[in-house]
Amino acid sequence: MRRRLACFLFLIFIALNATAVMAQSGGELRFCLHSEPKTFNPLLMADDASETIRYMTGGVLMRLNRLTQQLEPELATSWKISNGGTTISFKLREGLVFSDGTPFTAEDVAYTVQQLMDPNLHSPTGDAFRSGEGKVQIAVSSKNRVSATFPAPIAGLDKLFDQVAIMSAKSPQKEMAVLGPFYVAENKAGSYLLLKHNPNYWKHDARGRQLPYLDSVRLDIQQNRDLEMLRLKRGEIDFVNAIDAEYFDQLMSEKASMAYDAGVSLDSEFMWFNQVPTSPITAYKKTWFTSTNFRRAISEAINRQDLARIAFRGHARPAAGPISPANQFWFNAKLQAHPFDQKSALERLSQDGFRLQNGVLRDRDGHAVEFSIVTNSGNKYRERMATMMQQDLSGIGIKLNIVTLDFPSLIERITRTFDYEACLLGLVNNDLDPDSQMNVWLSSGDSHQWNPNQKTPATAWEAEIDKLMRAQASNLDSRKRKEYFDKVQEIAWQQEPFIYLVSKDALAAVSPALKNVHPVVLRPQVYWNIDQMSLSSEVAKNRQ
Amino acid sequence: MRWARAVAIVFLVVLSGACLLADFLAPASYAHQFRDEPSAAPSRQHLLGTDDLGRDRFSRVLYGTRVSLLLAPAAALLASLLAAFVGASAGLAGGWVERCIMAATDLFLSLPWLFLLITVRALLPLNLSPIASVMITFALLGCLGWAAAARVICADMQTLCRSDFVLLARASGSSGFRLLWRHMVPNLKPVLYAQFWISIPVFILTEANLGILGLGVAEPLPSWGSLLRELESFSTGSGHAWQFVPLVLLIAVVSSFHLVLTKEELTA
Repeated sequence: MRRRLACFLFLIFIALNATAVMAQSGGELRFCLHSEPKTFNPLLMADDASETIRYMTGGVLMRLNRLTQQLEPELATSWKISNGGTTISFKLREGLVFSDGTPFTAEDVAYTVQQLMDPNLHSPTGDAFRSGEGKVQIAVSSKNRVSATFPAPIAGLDKLFDQVAIMSAKSPQKEMAVLGPFYVAENKAGSYLLLKHNPNYWKHDARGRQLPYLDSVRLDIQQNRDLEMLRLKRGEIDFVNAIDAEYFDQLMSEKASMAYDAGVSLDSEFMWFNQVPTSPITAYKKTWFTSTNFRRAISEAINRQDLARIAFRGHARPAAGPISPANQFWFNAKLQAHPFDQKSALERLSQDGFRLQNGVLRDRDGHAVEFSIVTNSGNKYRERMATMMQQDLSGIGIKLNIVTLDFPSLIERITRTFDYEACLLGLVNNDLDPDSQMNVWLSSGDSHQWNPNQKTPATAWEAEIDKLMRAQASNLDSRKRKEYFDKVQEIAWQQEPFIYLVSKDALAAVSPALKNVHPVVLRPQVYWNIDQMSLSSEVAKNRQ
Repeated sequence: MRWARAVAIVFLVVLSGACLLADFLAPASYAHQFRDEPSAAPSRQHLLGTDDLGRDRFSRVLYGTRVSLLLAPAAALLASLLAAFVGASAGLAGGWVERCIMAATDLFLSLPWLFLLITVRALLPLNLSPIASVMITFALLGCLGWAAAARVICADMQTLCRSDFVLLARASGSSGFRLLWRHMVPNLKPVLYAQFWISIPVFILTEANLGILGLGVAEPLPSWGSLLRELESFSTGSGHAWQFVPLVLLIAVVSSFHLVLTKEELTA
């Protein structure tokens, strides 16, 4: 027993020493942004590049741990939601200062929330907090206690603060004074950004050493993905956050240690039929598209396994609904992706009077079943999927015409003119909470793509979804909310207004020189623990 | 360089013959996906392997060549005829008419072709068959590609109008359509001929550019543009020698079209 204990203590000693060696690395981490950040104001950020800067520089009251998907205290040591979900009270960490030395107090939180909710600022981050008419009430009760009362209950209120970087109310540097692990030291427009270690960052590791371990982060603006991969292979950059299946397979064959598959992501690829009553498509096609049997038949006639295996080279999984298994809490495990079954598809179609004649499917009135599917040009995965669906649907006598359009033309058709029949697109999901999908599922929503902006729900099942989505949004009990949203997922699975096809995997490429890397499916996949990442001593030394 | 011209002509004739006989030569349909063999290497069943979706690459190259090689000359013919009409009218009329037409031609030349093509294509009906869409794409290319040739023809027409033999013809009582048809058009032929041959590779390359952007010929119909998209993944190191066949063909055909012209025609 003693020997075992000695061994155990020895292993702990080795592990601590290893961490210490790793922690001494310093050096400069390098990776690429695909565009320039549009703003440094953390409340106005809406593009990927700006969000990257916010994640690495902004201090937040609480942070969603991307690995465990649980909220963890950061600047707030504790918080409490009260008054039926309208009020959130924070107890703040004491003795913290911004990167420029300005002290952090409850006034800063009050200032940030006020700015966030200022209708004149039009903060994209603030949109999620606007649950009802009226002003937010902020009460600062002491230097480290503050509460905010919103006009109406907000489901998942605490999780929304993961996106709110606290700004200083008093610092002369305004939004450039930060509480995160790095601050923006240099910005060469169109070329690169240099972030430097925040000397006032409050976090320390288990051995008491101040984080982050890295001295700086250099973000090169690089639009070309091929060049980005080449630079990674040459050792000029340290990781690529999201890579294509082709790049992943290539890395696996050349340098398997650099390829990371974090598993199925939150993103999904899906198609839908245009069900807008006023759309300029022929009446008989509108009848097809509004039929549940027709949509279910199309869904069953598509071989999702093949889509995942061929179009995505095996780095995707058939999708059953809007929530992928990556979303551990909200995923409805009861639902399975519709299996490929052309016989069942034809049976469903026959219930609506469709019949197969000489290899051509005809409706009750003898119209040959033919429709077009629009998708954005240049996306090889969607083009591949559409081509595969074309062959699958020809198996039940349906002619599918593929139309690839430039993105502005596509958006014009699906949001303004509604001059399209079916559309194939994908959803990039950043948020775990279904509240972020309210605009998609409410029949009055403008992202309710198959028939947006309805005055009253067009169908009974849409009315039911409206009721369930509103119920989940106004309930604070997460179990109850899950029950409601599970039902929404079941209705969506049954009715298939969106025909979910596949959820692709989160793939990343990481240099072996980078330590303490645990890529996850949630954004930012690779650098979610940037303050704990370090470089091998050799690379760190070269980049001092 | 006669031998080079001969080789180019033979190559173009053989290739045109092969693509016309694609229905007999192709071992499989260009659209059929052999889903158990995606990205397969060349074999007896698939002479040039298969593409990402398991389609026989040899069959797709044959049909893609048919699309590009037959429709590009058609577009070139349309563009040359339009150029002849516009250029000759301007050259014949002279004065302010010529200035107006040439100003319009210059304006047309300054239009960004690619964006114009993308815009026009976005306005097309959605339920067009791939064949109809490819015909329209090449017709658009033909309708948009006349301007540069029109300037050359206008200048040539003006030279002809001032030439001694036209003066002699006028003095002999020849005028109007007879003067144009009997004396001027035969002298414009070499220029028109050269413009036609020069336009073919231009249209082939324009279609290839559209195809690479994903805005070319609709799936599943192949064209050189869509076939060249496979090489996008070459940068990832997954490119194989057999994937270069469409590129080699494109270069060979474009070069052959240039070699077909004689020195005199090129300088015309």
